[in-house]
Order: sequence, then C-alpha cells, then structure tokens
Amino acid sequence: MDDDRPIFRQIAELIENSIIDGSLVEEAQVPSTNELAAFHRINPATAAKGVNQLVSEGTLYKRRGIGMFVAGGARARLRERRRERFTEQYVEPLLAEARKLGIGHDELMKMIDSFGAVVGRDLG
Amino acid sequence: MTAVVTAHGVTKRFGDVTALDDVSFVLAEHTIYGLLGRNGAGKTTLMQILTGQAFASSGNVSVFDAPPVENPAVLSKVCFVRESQRYPHFYTVRDVLRTARRLFANWDDTFAHGLAADFQLPAGRQVRRLSRGMLSALGVTVGLAARAPLTFFDEPYLGLDAAARQLFYDRLLADYAGHPRTVVLSTHLIDEVSDLVERVLLIDRGRLLLDEDADDLRARAVAVTGRAEAVDGFAAGRTELHRERLSGLVRSTILGGLGPHAKALAQALNVELAPLSLQQLVVRLTAPPTTTAAADREAAR
Repeated sequence: MDDDRPIFRQIAELIENSIIDGSLVEEAQVPSTNELAAFHRINPATAAKGVNQLVSEGTLYKRRGIGMFVAGGARARLRERRRERFTEQYVEPLLAEARKLGIGHDELMKMIDSFGAVVGRDLG
Repeated sequence: MTAVVTAHGVTKRFGDVTALDDVSFVLAEHTIYGLLGRNGAGKTTLMQILTGQAFASSGNVSVFDAPPVENPAVLSKVCFVRESQRYPHFYTVRDVLRTARRLFANWDDTFAHGLAADFQLPAGRQVRRLSRGMLSALGVTVGLAARAPLTFFDEPYLGLDAAARQLFYDRLLADYAGHPRTVVLSTHLIDEVSDLVERVLLIDRGRLLLDEDADDLRARAVAVTGRAEAVDGFAAGRTELHRERLSGLVRSTILGGLGPHAKALAQALNVELAPLSLQQLVVRLTAPPTTTAAADREAAR
C-alpha cells in the first residue's frame, strides 16, 4: 500500500477492481479480512474496515458464519459509478496537461486514435 | 471498546529529569499499537510502568482493571520483550523456551519451536553465545509464542536483517489473526510497521504527542515543492513544519491533508504535492528546530 489514500479505501478499491474486471463474479466469496491482511501485509482491522465499507455500500453482503460475498448487480453499479468519475479523474487532467503543452483538439484526438491502434485495443 | 490498559496523568521523574509528563491514554483489546518516539523520549520508561517494573511518580495505571505492580494475576497476562533481555548466564535457547512455557498461560510450544526453526536458532546453544541478531530472534520467538493478552515489543529486532524482520511481521500478522491480542510495538523502523499497526502513540520528550489511527495519519502532512512565491502562497494560513531550499526552489512540509481543494490550489500555483509517510511525519514532529532551519525561515521572510 503506497499511495496517499487511506489503506482501507485502497483495499476496497482493489476488491472493486476485481469485481469490475470479472475476476470476482457475483455471488463469489471474497477473501477473508485475515487473508487480505496477510497478503497485503496490513493490519486486519484496516482490511476489515475496507470490506465493511463495501458491505455498507451494498457491493458485498455477509453470510453469517461463512464470509463475504459479491452482491447481485454489484458489477453494473460499480461500472456506473466509475463512469461517472471518469471525466473528473482522467479527462480533466489529460486536458489540463494538453493545454499546458499546447496540444490542440485535433492532435489530441489523433493521439488517442493512434495509441489505441498501437496497443490493439481501440475503443471501437 | 474494552480497555486493557488505562493510564491517567502518568508522570515519572528521575531527580530533576521528567521522563514522562502527564501521559494519559487507553489501550484497547485486540489492537496492534505502534509506540513511536526518539531515543530518550520515554517509551521504555512507559512500558516499564505498564508492566509493573517501575512506579510512576504520580498518576494512575490500571492493567486488566488492576494496578500491575507485584500483581501476579495481571502480570501472567503480560509479556514484555525487551531490547536487551537478560537470562541466567548458563541458559541455553531450549532452557529459555522451557521457562517461558511455565510463565505464560497461553504458551504454544509447537508455534515456539516452529519460530525457533524459522529463525534458525540453535536449541542447544547458550544464550550468552548467541549473536545480537539471534538474541533478538529469541526474544521475538518468546513474545509471539507467549500469546499474552498484552504483549510489549521494545525495539525487538536489533541485529535482525530485513528477511528476519519480514518473518517477524508475517508471523505476527498471521498469529494475531487467529489469536487477537493487544500488541505494543516500540520501534524506530516506522516505515516497516506503518501498515501493520492500527493505532499510533507518539511520545516526545515525555509527552504524548499523538494518539491516533495509523490510517488517519497517512497524508496528514504534505511536502510542497515549487518556486518560493508559489510555495508561500500555498503555505499561507497553514502550519509549516519544515522548509528546505535549493536556489529558487523551496520544499515546505505543511500540516494538513491533500483535500480536493488543496490539489486544485497546487495546480493553480504550479507546485508539487507529495504526501508525507508516517516516518517522515514523526521525524518532522519530533525533530528539534535546527539553526539552519531557523535561518531558512528568517531568509524566507
């Protein structure tokens, strides 16, 4: 854990990422807080705080005595929320830097298109 | 929260030196604490008082709801691993583990021997013939296998290399998960333990400076780097802990988080923001003002 955000928030986002990319499917059991703590070498209480946040947001749900599971519809909700933040998190800083360097609209668009082609993952 | 330790107004004087000055806090059960501070700040004195090995000059200490001094019922639940633990001079590693088994109610012999093997401790060797690192490994082994409800580690790893320290952290986390207890870890290797501890107690010159969640202390302060006027603009109205300069460039350490407002201001002023690690924060909070820093501040005016 090495960026400036609270560790519990980073743990929550790691789990969210696994749900969004499909490595944790809906109704799948998520790792226990002790497993998360051991793997990331963090305090179990901090890991629990991250997991509990996802429970309170409805992304995970608790089965008493068994563990935590991915809630139905969690993936779609997370994707929707990430899309809402996409402009602020990625587009705004991109445009700010482009403006600073004098990169115009057409040039920027060309960059996005040609980079997408290079990595073979154009946005279609 | 169930309190395991309650300290109220604890003061300790040695002659005209005040080692602890009106220190009050509560330690909860099932929590790992980092007890931080410079050498001579009063950490060891505090742990001695909490483990009944020293008296406070004034103030009250309660451990498991009772005063710890000469109280076997309390002390049987407490393990104190000291930086330089002394053993009878003829004791072997095996003798130490055997004695510890009698002392601690929750002692796990299998766990102890597993740890001793992991740290490559020679069971038959006399303790006085152990290297500094092995002596530390023995202390760590006893402290973990004791599974005492209240365990103090006072600079437990002098002479332990990075791999052995990692082993200690991993075993501590794994065993704590299965057997939660209150652990107080006193250390100078703050970056190594900052993700491990749930709460931080910072002592400086006998006074308790911080008693906070470790996660809340992340990015409590930021280093702001940029041209002097821009940094001054950012620092205006905030608490500056430290300032360094390199020709026209200034780096200022400022108390206060990296809120969205701070990020926008930094972008507008064209200054770089970098969050301070817990170790850097502790350094900045406990370092005495140096003459050059004072001169820098003077020059900055």
